[in-house]
Amino acid sequence: MYVAVKGGEAAIANAHSLLADRRRGDRSVPALRLDQIIEQLALGVDRVMSEGSLYDRELAALAIAQARGDMIEAIFLVRAYRTTLPRFGYSRPIDTANMLVERRVSATYKDLPGGQLLGPTFDYTHRLLDPELAAGADVAEPLLRETEAQAMPRVSAILAREGLIEPDGDMPQDHVPGDITREPLEFPMARDIRLQALSRGDEGFLLALGYSTQRGYARNHPFVGEIRIGEVELELDVPELPFSVPLGTVRVTECQMVNQFKGSAKAPPQFTRGYGLVFGQSERKAMAVALCDRALRAKELGEDVVAAAQDEEFVISHSDNVQATGFVEHLKLPHYVDFQAELDLVRRMRTEYDARQNPVKVEEKREAAE
Amino acid sequence: MRGQEARDQAERKAAMATLAQSSGDDIVRLWNEAGLPSDAELLRGPETGLVTLRGRIGGGGAPFNVGEATVTRATVRLPTGQVGHCYALGRDKQKAKLAAIADALWQDPARRNEVETGLIAPLQSALTMAHEKRRAETAATKVDFFTMVRGED
Repeated sequence: MYVAVKGGEAAIANAHSLLADRRRGDRSVPALRLDQIIEQLALGVDRVMSEGSLYDRELAALAIAQARGDMIEAIFLVRAYRTTLPRFGYSRPIDTANMLVERRVSATYKDLPGGQLLGPTFDYTHRLLDPELAAGADVAEPLLRETEAQAMPRVSAILAREGLIEPDGDMPQDHVPGDITREPLEFPMARDIRLQALSRGDEGFLLALGYSTQRGYARNHPFVGEIRIGEVELELDVPELPFSVPLGTVRVTECQMVNQFKGSAKAPPQFTRGYGLVFGQSERKAMAVALCDRALRAKELGEDVVAAAQDEEFVISHSDNVQATGFVEHLKLPHYVDFQAELDLVRRMRTEYDARQNPVKVEEKREAAE
Repeated sequence: MRGQEARDQAERKAAMATLAQSSGDDIVRLWNEAGLPSDAELLRGPETGLVTLRGRIGGGGAPFNVGEATVTRATVRLPTGQVGHCYALGRDKQKAKLAAIADALWQDPARRNEVETGLIAPLQSALTMAHEKRRAETAATKVDFFTMVRGED
């Protein structure tokens, strides 16, 4: 007989109103506004946009507030929201060489055209907590320096002149970029699909994998050829207009990792590359993506696959934190019937085990019972 | 004729880019100051949807999908017949509608100048100023390398 059990409706409703109360916190403290989150927790907003795979600051800020600052919960909210919207199309590929650059550094060339621009970076700070910030001290306006606009070619273009670096990744002429939001993942996958998955992948997971390659698990001697952060223009081809329509600008972070490569049967000795492109200002993530992108090209470059970071199915299947949290967190939902069945099974196995270990005693017990 | 058409398209596209990059608040304020007419029939939207943003592998290689962005679009027809479009990042429906009307007015030779001077030019100059400021702020963080001279005596 199958018995359906219902219950908990009131408990759930009350739990959610308690959640709303705790989210608001002490009422004597002013409530956070979304513009405060956007302006002052900007990198958190960027992370939610990047892993939520949706570029919209207000929605990301709302998600952070609603999730009480739980980033993966916020990312989950954004991912759920985007499924409610219709789709207008695919943009023209952005041109990162034509970026309004806010930060641009290279670890391979000191004097590159356009120069090294540190921008708003945590690098070279002393990582000392700032009591003045706690006291709400005023902040000075940034300094200005007048310069002529200078072209800022990508570092890869500079190295390419010598022919010692592989070109930008190409695909066959008739290749249509894959889209993991439309088609299920299939392995092995093309590099374009991997890059899409990595771009929305969990920063912590990809950081750990990138780190593992540096520590010797699939070592490939990376250099940061270039990191650039800034705004690029977005354009869309639409049937109603004879030109691509400009949509506005988005901020992205691009990392060009340059890796030593001693050559193989398939490729001559040269520098190979890993590439990372993510929403917002997020260079740790872009670097981790670039390290993983390069490690995952092992087969293409004729390298032995010996480490986790080179295992495409392992990396891509586990990089999505919404999927990961869904499967891990479902464990806390009621499994009463499953568990009851397991409990019966273990009881039966234990009786059989005891019978094998000590046949006489069990026999005696049975007789005593009778 | 061909050249004139191409120039017109480039100018129309530039005006659309300015509108897309400007905030809805700025557009509304200038619209009212310039006294532009907002009389138009909505043919589509304003409606919000997604555009999948594409990058290129290695910066210049094959295209790949990076992620999605919210975009709001609108299409309008003026009483004088011109049809205008807007597609702009974000979810500002009023902005999309006004920008579509601006695009339609821009196509009316009798109105183009009014739209350009009252709306597009001031928006563009505000954007240019903001860009120049950003560029100058970034330029102040440029590293000037110098070589330490080793003393001989």
